[in-house]
Amino acid sequence: MTALTVTARLPARRYLIGAVLAAWVLGHALLSGRDTLPLGGAELTPLHEGANEAWDTVDDNRNSNPFFLYFVNYIRLVLDESVRFVQALISQPSFGRPVPLLGWLGVVALAAAITYLFGNIRVALLTVAGFVSFGLLGLWAESMDTLALTLTAVAYSLAVGIPLGVWAGLSDRFNRFVTPVLDFMQTMPTFVYLAPLTLFFLIGPASATIATMIYAIPPAIRITAHAIREVSPVTLEAGASLGATAAQSLRHVRLPLARRTIVVGVNQTIMAALSMATIAALIDAPGLGKTVLKALQTLDIGAAFNAGLAIVIMAVVLDRATTAASRRVEAQRRTGREISAFFRRVEVTVALGIAAVLSYLSYTYVWAAVFPAEANIGSYVRRAADAASAWVQDSLAGFTDALKNLVTYGLLNPFESLLAGSPWWLVFAAGVAIAALVGGVRAAITAAVGLAALIGLGLWQDSMVTLAATLVATLLVMALGVAAGVWIGRSDRADAVLRPVLDAGQTMPAFVYLVPILGLFGPTRFTAIIAAVVFAAPVAIKLVAEGIRGVPATTVEAARSAGSSPWQVITKVQLPMARGAVALAANQGLIYVLSMVVVGGLVGAGALGYDVVAGFSQHQLRGKGLAAGLAIVVLGIVLDRVTRAAQARTDRLGVIKED
Amino acid sequence: MAIRRIALVAGAALILTGCGGAKVGEAPSAAPGTGAAGSGAACGTLNLAINPWVGYEANAAVIAHVAEKNLGCTVVKKDLKEEVAWQGFGTGEVDAVVENWGHDDLKKKYIEEQKTAVDAGLTGNKGVIGWYVAPWMAAKYPDITDWQNLNKYAELFKTSESGDKGQLLDGDPSFVTNDEALVKNLKLDYKVVYAGSEAALITAFRQSEKEQKPVIGYFYEPQWFLSELKLVKINLPAYTDGCDADAAKVACDYPLYELDKIVSKRFADSGSPAYTLIKNFTWTNDDQNLVAKYISEDKMAPAEAAAKWAADNEAKIKAWLPTS
Repeated sequence: MTALTVTARLPARRYLIGAVLAAWVLGHALLSGRDTLPLGGAELTPLHEGANEAWDTVDDNRNSNPFFLYFVNYIRLVLDESVRFVQALISQPSFGRPVPLLGWLGVVALAAAITYLFGNIRVALLTVAGFVSFGLLGLWAESMDTLALTLTAVAYSLAVGIPLGVWAGLSDRFNRFVTPVLDFMQTMPTFVYLAPLTLFFLIGPASATIATMIYAIPPAIRITAHAIREVSPVTLEAGASLGATAAQSLRHVRLPLARRTIVVGVNQTIMAALSMATIAALIDAPGLGKTVLKALQTLDIGAAFNAGLAIVIMAVVLDRATTAASRRVEAQRRTGREISAFFRRVEVTVALGIAAVLSYLSYTYVWAAVFPAEANIGSYVRRAADAASAWVQDSLAGFTDALKNLVTYGLLNPFESLLAGSPWWLVFAAGVAIAALVGGVRAAITAAVGLAALIGLGLWQDSMVTLAATLVATLLVMALGVAAGVWIGRSDRADAVLRPVLDAGQTMPAFVYLVPILGLFGPTRFTAIIAAVVFAAPVAIKLVAEGIRGVPATTVEAARSAGSSPWQVITKVQLPMARGAVALAANQGLIYVLSMVVVGGLVGAGALGYDVVAGFSQHQLRGKGLAAGLAIVVLGIVLDRVTRAAQARTDRLGVIKED
Repeated sequence: MAIRRIALVAGAALILTGCGGAKVGEAPSAAPGTGAAGSGAACGTLNLAINPWVGYEANAAVIAHVAEKNLGCTVVKKDLKEEVAWQGFGTGEVDAVVENWGHDDLKKKYIEEQKTAVDAGLTGNKGVIGWYVAPWMAAKYPDITDWQNLNKYAELFKTSESGDKGQLLDGDPSFVTNDEALVKNLKLDYKVVYAGSEAALITAFRQSEKEQKPVIGYFYEPQWFLSELKLVKINLPAYTDGCDADAAKVACDYPLYELDKIVSKRFADSGSPAYTLIKNFTWTNDDQNLVAKYISEDKMAPAEAAAKWAADNEAKIKAWLPTS
């Protein structure tokens, strides 16, 4: 009965959405350009001016307020000293020595020993290769600075994030409270809080660490909470029936079972922290990010690429190491102790013994402390990158204009005109109606509140321009995501070839490839879209591939033996069965695209991205920059909630239909 | 077996020890920052903000070079955007900003209201802001440099971003622009498009010259890129005192900026010889362009570039040093 009514209602809803869109297009044709609430580049609303004043008040009272004197200042001291300590160990001259305590040989040996003991020999070799390559690129000291800052920020993020994650996993109430806060932390553009951070925590490692932590803590909390919740209720009940208290069940049942997923959280935290290396350099964070930004001042693509490459290598090494650690945890859990305690003890002694000897050498001798300058291949990498970038710009320029114009005139301009050129009340009504139709009442309420907030922030038109570009970029991300995801999901060889490329796309700082794509497409909205696609497509591709791989081999085999062509297998079996993964890929793709809005503002996207960048650079626009940052958060939350509600609804329908 | 392996490694280590190699701290050349010991106590540490453009870097590199070599200071360079650097005056994290473009709002806040910063005089460099085209355009359309002819050429500058109007490429976000008001008040058939970064502006002009693609946009000098490509400035209605008082009604060119130096109050009162150096520091646009060229085109490290310039200009440097 239910199945009947639902399937009967489904086409009706599709027609309704069509009707809403038709009414919108018609209204746009009649009323285009009226009530669009524009705001010029240098214009401010009273809200923006109020934010400016609030900012000044904080600035003026910094030295007299006890909150600062006794709270913020201590946090700053602890963080500053922590980073400086790690720097003294591996990256900066310290303790009256002209070099850090551990030279390159010691760091390489120690890193290899740790990855070998927690992971396996293959990862240890990869680590050695990766760390040595920092030296070969001529960026040993810078890489170690980045590593020091990243490790400190990750350590504090985990120290705060894992306990909070456990709490969120145990308490629904706390989880409901913390989720929007985490959304806020992840979507608020870093540029917005960078300058205020230096007011609170001064210029130095502390501000950089906090900026990094704001972005890196959310995955630690989310994934830990998810891991705790995932533990099967049957196991918990078994524990409870044996008389375990809540604390005992947490320690002996939940945490051990959740350990593998928590390691995934550690992995994501590290990746998030590393992705902040370049932006944190804007407030004098030491390391590779500075090299990238310096190179950008003179448009030195080679030098920027060289430093970006070191960041990518660091990300790949840390990613593979933590992944290997999580696999090991999993394998141990499944098989019990695989090796004898004696053998393990020998292994640990040998590995640490070798590391200790090499560390001592690097402490004592110059050749092991300072990476030999003769072994510097950085200049070749720089020249090769310069040549490659010049070749791309020279040989593709004709083709790129056509592509840019096709997407801009065919897709982007119509979208933008519909969203930003229609009267606000028309967009508002249509947006809420569509949210209601695809996601239900709650989605509609979220959309209404969010759109009202955009008007309140005084940035309606800029928000709509940004929304149009975001939607177009997400469409492109999904097109790429499904095509490449299916390919990778079906072929292990494609996976092996493409995965490093995807990793590089995710971790290479956007600043590195902005200059070449600016050369190809000029400062345009399309350039911003390309930058967003480069960053967001890898996530979507990986998620779709994961979904395709999750389809049972027997089902695929059955379809194939029934005479289905590969195309039919993909479209009729694999994609429909991976529907959940595709929806998740769309949701994540959207969020990743939004996180590139500010970078887009640096290359011609204008609108909210430019507002944020200008707010960071110009004193009188700081309030507006803050408002623009909030508008981006609002867009993110509305899009996320509506797509998730829509996804939940199709899942429900799917279940009913399959019944 | 493990024991044998450890013994092996230890043995290898011993052999290495026997072979030797320079020990850390043995070679005096390995220790930086001890060059001009003795006079170091008088100067102490100079915290120099480095704002993110090459011209600034040139000023800072030369000042740092002289402060270290002649005065024995320890110079700490901090890479910061202007706004953040000015905040640093109050928190004691920044002693000096050595190339400041206007920023009357920041001066009002930090010099007049908070009294944490003081003016340390002009750098001698003149800053020009305006609208520019690539040289090939000025050669092909000689009258384009007069603003009154801009509407005639608006058609040329149409892009996918500007719709049916000409595109005026704006937007290094660090500077205030009056361009939207200018376009409106001069009744120009153009739309301001925000490129969003200096990198984007420079790339656009580079492409313009290479592919003979029309581009008109906001730019400024001194700037290292002008030694690569000599952009031609458009003449807007001449600047007169106060013509830019009301931001919405601006219809004149940008003023000439006398670039200056700002230091923290604390630093100015400290009696440090580095303060005297910064106060006395002054040079010409040509001087700065030369050092900027060493850094940007010849890809020298800023310290190298400064050392090279300093070696050729000892007389100028002498004039900056404190007399005692």
